[in-house]
Amino acid sequence: MIRLENVRKVFPGSTRAAVSDLSLDIRRGECVTLIGPSGCGKTTTLKMINRIIEPTSGRIEIDGRDAMAIPAHELRRSIGYVIQQIGLFPHRTIAQNIGTVPALLGWDQAKIDERVAELVEVVGLDSEMMTRYPSELSGGQQQRAGVARALAADPPVLLMDEPFGAVDPIVRKRLQSEFDDLQSRLGKTVVFVTHDVDEAILLGDRMAILNIGGIIEQYEAPESVLAEPASDFVEDFLGRERGLKRLALLPIGEAHLQPGPFVDVSMSPVEARRVMEQHGVDWLGLLDGERLLGWVDGARIGDAPLRGLEPRPFLVTLDTDSSLRSALDAVVTSHARVAVVVEDGVYRGMLDLEAIAEGITE
Amino acid sequence: MSVVGQTSPLIDWDWIARNVDQIAARTWQHLSLTAISVGIGLVISIGLAIVALRWRWSYTPITWVTGLLYTIPSLALFALLVPVVGLNATNAVIALTSYTLLIIIRNLVAGIDGVPNAVLEAADGMGYTRRARFWRMEVPLALPVIIAGLRIATVTTVGLVTVTAVLGLGGYGYFILRGLNTFFWTQILVGVVLSVVLATILDIGFLIVQRVLSPWARRVG
Repeated sequence: MIRLENVRKVFPGSTRAAVSDLSLDIRRGECVTLIGPSGCGKTTTLKMINRIIEPTSGRIEIDGRDAMAIPAHELRRSIGYVIQQIGLFPHRTIAQNIGTVPALLGWDQAKIDERVAELVEVVGLDSEMMTRYPSELSGGQQQRAGVARALAADPPVLLMDEPFGAVDPIVRKRLQSEFDDLQSRLGKTVVFVTHDVDEAILLGDRMAILNIGGIIEQYEAPESVLAEPASDFVEDFLGRERGLKRLALLPIGEAHLQPGPFVDVSMSPVEARRVMEQHGVDWLGLLDGERLLGWVDGARIGDAPLRGLEPRPFLVTLDTDSSLRSALDAVVTSHARVAVVVEDGVYRGMLDLEAIAEGITE
Repeated sequence: MSVVGQTSPLIDWDWIARNVDQIAARTWQHLSLTAISVGIGLVISIGLAIVALRWRWSYTPITWVTGLLYTIPSLALFALLVPVVGLNATNAVIALTSYTLLIIIRNLVAGIDGVPNAVLEAADGMGYTRRARFWRMEVPLALPVIIAGLRIATVTTVGLVTVTAVLGLGGYGYFILRGLNTFFWTQILVGVVLSVVLATILDIGFLIVQRVLSPWARRVG
């Protein structure tokens, strides 16, 4: 979808190339995050795609078209663009801001209004914001409007330059997860520059780690980058807690689920105590058929039938789509030191610390 | 109420009543000298501002020359122009115009320069052509600052027009000069008060125009 071939950029008055010789292939519908230390040329690379920065040499192709062969302003109308400082037009209402590119493309007003109303919903803005000026919105709301403006003419390609860098961490988290949802629905081809490793991992289908001068150190799915950093540079850059970052990407799945000390309430107390002994625990999970009832303290299991005991619920249960990181969290915070996996009330199994470790080492 | 022992009352209402036509004519003269000078000043300033914005190095000499003009005392400038254009309205307009340039140019350039870079980059990124960006982004966004410049230039000019009384013009300045020569207080007061009132009305007028043309800047003020 986007192809950069031997792209080079030397800024006037500079002897060193900001980007020396970069080739990058971005597939249709994928979100590629560009990350690296400052001076690595990630923003320069992004801005060469819509020619906000003109490359010194090399070739850039978008959807098979040579980006250099069309007038820059026409090229840009087919590419969504979001920048960190947002850059909403202060003298235009939010509705006018969002409708910018459709208006430039000459859509009739009724069609623009319809599209704007639709987008306001898509990005989660209040429709009463439409008549306001940008200065009357909060930072998070402005950034939503910025994303809506970029999506207005339904461009196949979206370029985002640290779009969530200027909002506070809580809003940033929410905008990230909303963008993740949005992207999975819209399937745009996205190039996303960030300096936040976690953001690059969370949002990228693939991530490109750049070194000074636009050298690609590694260009792979975040799972692969975390599992096998291609160089010391990448390993350094990913920083500490690489294991935890990987855990966050891996789903619990089915493979490492264990049955655990979970028994049916119809089991005899004698047998139930034997199960506890086998597992070396002082508690017992109770099931009614496949349904999870909860857990009971081992000391309470006497000669009376299990059905008479009142099981306590597990505070945290996960499903198979939850990440191994959340499973780890459940293990360290639960009394029983296990993560219980339940889907639609049906007990699927449990994980202990060892099972989680196995999940990451394979 | 009669005031005993005063041959010339502070305000001679009869004189005012007798001279309504004259006051109206001087009002018109005052307004037109102001409007023509600020108008020509604006046109010249736009030209010079375009030069300054396109060739940055020219901005310093432009402000230097217009700044020098600004420092010449008005009476001296009128006198200097007499051998060139004579003792007439042209002389007055040239002098008055030259005083508006510095303020208007400075505000034109500052207004355009003040447009945030992020807005320009976003406009480029959305696919504005250079020309469309200038007219639809830079100019409207610079408008509050530009109008603020026109306000100051206009109020200053209203005051300076009175000095053109020495050229036989002067608008309300005519009354002030005559009153000073004859120690006739009513004439002096009429000239001063009306001049201040006119300046205030024009000032408020520009403020309203600015509010109407840039509703988005109301908060920023």
